[in-house]
This record gives sequence, C-alpha cells and structure tokens, in this order.
Amino acid sequence: MGLGYILVSRELLVDRSEEVWRQLHTVVDPELDEPVTDMGFISRAEVDADDCVHVDFRLPTYWCAANFAYMMADDMRTALRALPWVRKTNIVLGDHMYADAINNGVAQGLSFQETFKDEATGNLDELRRTFLVKAFQRRQEALIKHVLSAGFTANRVVGLSIAELRAINFVDAQGGKLRERYMERRGVISASATDDLAFVSAEGHSLPELELSSYLAALRRVRANAEFNGALCRGLLEVRFDMTTPLSGKTKPGCRTAAATAQQ
Amino acid sequence: MYKTASGEEIFIIDGHTHFWDGSPANHKNIHGKQFIDCFYAYHTGLSPKEEVWPKEKFEKYDAQTMYDDLFVRGYDDMAILQPTYLGDFYKEGFNTTERNATMKNKHPDRFILNGAFDPRDGSKGLEYLHVLAERYQLKGVKLYTAEWRGDSKGYKLTDKDSYKFLETAQKLGIKNIHVHKGPTIIPLNRDAFDVADIDDVATSFQGLNFIVEHCGLPRLDDFCWIATQETNVYGGLAVALPFIHSRPGYFAHIISELLFWIGEDKILYGSDYGIWTPKWLIDKFMAFELPEEVTKETGQTLSLQTKKKILGLNAAKLYGIDIEAQKIKLGYQSAAKPAYA
Repeated sequence: MGLGYILVSRELLVDRSEEVWRQLHTVVDPELDEPVTDMGFISRAEVDADDCVHVDFRLPTYWCAANFAYMMADDMRTALRALPWVRKTNIVLGDHMYADAINNGVAQGLSFQETFKDEATGNLDELRRTFLVKAFQRRQEALIKHVLSAGFTANRVVGLSIAELRAINFVDAQGGKLRERYMERRGVISASATDDLAFVSAEGHSLPELELSSYLAALRRVRANAEFNGALCRGLLEVRFDMTTPLSGKTKPGCRTAAATAQQ
Repeated sequence: MYKTASGEEIFIIDGHTHFWDGSPANHKNIHGKQFIDCFYAYHTGLSPKEEVWPKEKFEKYDAQTMYDDLFVRGYDDMAILQPTYLGDFYKEGFNTTERNATMKNKHPDRFILNGAFDPRDGSKGLEYLHVLAERYQLKGVKLYTAEWRGDSKGYKLTDKDSYKFLETAQKLGIKNIHVHKGPTIIPLNRDAFDVADIDDVATSFQGLNFIVEHCGLPRLDDFCWIATQETNVYGGLAVALPFIHSRPGYFAHIISELLFWIGEDKILYGSDYGIWTPKWLIDKFMAFELPEEVTKETGQTLSLQTKKKILGLNAAKLYGIDIEAQKIKLGYQSAAKPAYA
C-alpha cells in the first residue's frame, strides 16, 4: 500500500509540474512578445509538499528594465495562482539590480507603485499597453502578409470581418497559427465582435486599401526590432548563464515529465 | 584604409571608440563590476570565437593595443573617442574625456576627441563644458542619458537643464551630439529606452546634429520613425553591426530598415571598441550583400557607394574632415607628385 501511495503521488507531481510549466508558458516578455519559457528565463520550477510553487528566473543582463522584470514576475504569480491547487507561490528573480525590491513586492502581492514608492510615478498600465500594441502590430503584419500570399487582394484583406478571417481555410498550418496569435491581441485595440473588421490600425481605424503596402512597411519596422532584440537577449543570456543544465531546452509544456520527478 | 578587390580605397572613420579602465582596481562598487561584465557579455556573445579577448585585456587595455587594433590590424583611418564617465561606478571614471585625451595627444591626426556633459551638474557642469571645449576644441559630445548620479538614475534630453547645456554646446560650436540612450531608469514605470526626447530636441535645435548610438536599439522601430521626421538625426551602427557575424539575417533586416527609413547619408559606422574590433567588422561588412528576399521586401540595396558613406564619408561631413588632406597628414601619399613620377 505504501508503494502504491508513492506511485500515485509521483504521478500527481508530474501532472502538477506540467501544469506549472503550461501556466508559465502563457507569460510573455512584454518587450519581446515571446514566452518566458521559450526565452530560457526560467531556471527552476518546482512544487513542494505544501503545494507551494517555487520559480527562479533570470534575465539577460543585470540592468534589464525593472518594470518589465516586475511585470513578468507578477504575471507568473497570477498565472500560477490560477491553478486551483496552488496554495503559495515563491517567485525569485536572481542577479538583477532590482532583484530584492521586485522579489519582496511580488511576494507580498504589492502593486508596482507600492513596490517602488518614490521611484515610480504610477503603475504600469500605459507601458504595458504600449507593448501590447507593438505585439498586435507585429502579429498583424505576419498574418496580413500570409493572407496576401494566400491569394487575397488588398481590397479583400482590408474589408475582411473577423468572422470571414476565421472562416479562411489556410492550406498550411502556419496560417492558422498566425491567425490564432493575432486574434489573441486583436482585442487590445477595439471591440472584436464577429462582424467587426478583422484588420484595423493601432488607432482602431480601417486600413486604406491603396496604402496597405506602406502601412505594412511601417509594421515591418516593429517586427524587425522585436526579432533583433529577441536574438540579442538570447545571446546575452547564453553568455551569462549555463544554459546546458537539464532545465533549458525542455521548457515547453509537455516536455517536463522526466525532470519533474527529480525534484522529490 | 580598406582596399577592395578592384583596388579601390575606402577611407574609414570609426564613429565610436573608447579608451576605458574597467579593471577591478578602479571599481567603486558592485555596479562597476556589473557594468564591465555586461559589456564583456556583449563582446563574447557577438564576436567571432577567435576574436574574443581574455577578461583582463577587456577590462583595461593600453594605448598601444588600441592603436594597433584600430589602425594597424584594423582598417580604421581615424576614430572618434567617445567618453563615458560613470563616476558613481568607477573611482577614476570609466572613460573620461581626460583619459581619452591621452590617446588623442599621442596620435593627434588619428583621433577626434569628443567631450561630454551631464545636465544634472548644473552651473559647475556648464563651466566644465566651457573648459573642455576650449582645451580640446570640441566638435562633438557624447551623452549617456542612463548614467547614475546619486539618487538620480538617468535624465532626459527634454529636461529643462538639458536645454541649457544644448544651448551652450551650440554657442561653443559643438555641433555633434552623440546620444547613447537608456536604460534611463527612473521613473520606473516609464519605458527606460524611450527615444521620444530625441525627437523633441532635434526639432528645437536645428543647428545641432543628433547621432543616436546603436540606432536607438532596443527601440529601433521608434527611432526610425523619428529619424524620418527630423533632418538632423543620424544613426550609429554600434551593436547592430556585430550581428553581421552571429546573425547575418537579422543584420540584413536591420540595415535595410535603416536604409529605407533614414537613408544612406545618415548611417555611421562605429566599432564601439573595445567591445568589438574593426578588422573583422569591416571584413564582414565589405563582403556582405543583402539577401534577395530582403531587397525585394524593402527595395533597398547595399552598394559599394552606400558602404563608403557609412564607413567614412558621412562622419567626415559631420566633423569637417577633408579626406584627401587627411590622407596626406597621415602620410599615405605625398602632397604633390614629383615631376618625374
């Protein structure tokens, strides 16, 4: 009976660890619009016997912006707390100029302003929105280009409703993926009911057909910048930390079963 | 001097070099160590393996090493010395104008010496700027808006005091304002790398040129937009250029966006020495061609003429360098050819 109990318990732990990684995968680096798991930021994610989740994370430099670091820590906390069995979270940022302040603030559930007091003049809503809009633009550019290459005219693209976009039967898997990623951010700009326009500008306006290519050129800039930053961050992180530990490279949901048991 | 396969000579002005002391003996606190460590991560992360230096050399190199790396082993013909003070992190400063001046004094025709100011230094700072301008006949300054100073963790060009200093610079004939953006930390809720203040001062100070180092990265998208609006905004290639080795695909996208938005007349080469060295950067840049799909997408090409502008002609214009006269000064060729030649 004792043995049976241990086996059940282990399976449970494996499931829970997978759930933890799945939740962490929903947290993005706001600047890069990429999951913190894919970026290699998570160096430890464990569940202890008291259903407390311990997460250690690290960033590419000691100087990385404190506001984004705080956002990621706070988002991790929220994502993990959404799991019904989680009783506590312990999220620890390491090797960072504001590590102590961020770790304390997030542990106590303080707002950004409460965490930093005189060093901040408000919360992060505006900054967060700026980068959600950039993410929207980047995802939109990728999708519009794909829709155009699938044979749709500019005239047709600018007039597509959300329902019509959803109904497109892409021949390749990439199209569906780009559409899904775009729709995750469409609501950042304006209401997105089925008969609303699928593609609007960051200001919420319809896109002028004749200027679609110059509009896309402007968005291309946002994409090039984000991709460059992503590559730079990956490179710096690799130099700074040992990325060949068993954790890295296995950070996607579903890949964690082997390492998950090692913790107990 | 770089010579192409067909024998054409390209005069190279390195827009961004440092003569720093980041050695442990000079650290004032942990931030001094973290600062040079971060630079070293950029160096090791983006340099070809065979070009990576030992940490000790990176922390502090001597004048001869720098001269050789730039002008003997490297293809630079001239280089601009850009200071970075960091007095809160380093006992003697990281890379002051005075320290850079020791390089300039040894090789006056090789170097252009830039100064610096910090608007938070008030009237003393204005005095210091006058002294520097007079002593070194400054044509340019480098501003590091992210510098920590006591409780302050950076400043903006739109701060009232920044305006005072820019007005003074203009009066003193300092025309070139090199700006290293971010991370300007406080207030913490704002974007530390925001480049909007450059837009503002570029409009207000039409007589000054604003050279934004590493093209506003990590806000290259916003920078391109600003530079399109303002005729006096330039982009320095440091940080972007080393990608030519490790991620040439990303470099292709970045350089073609820069060409598309700000144009070939406003991009300046800079090695950011000692983070990277001119030899490999320029070998790779000269051999580089934009992939066809990038050219198709952006309509841009990277011709030999464009490369010449980026590598030297644009900086020569900003600093009033007569390249032919400079070649003679450097002993490349005699002023008048002998009659029997």
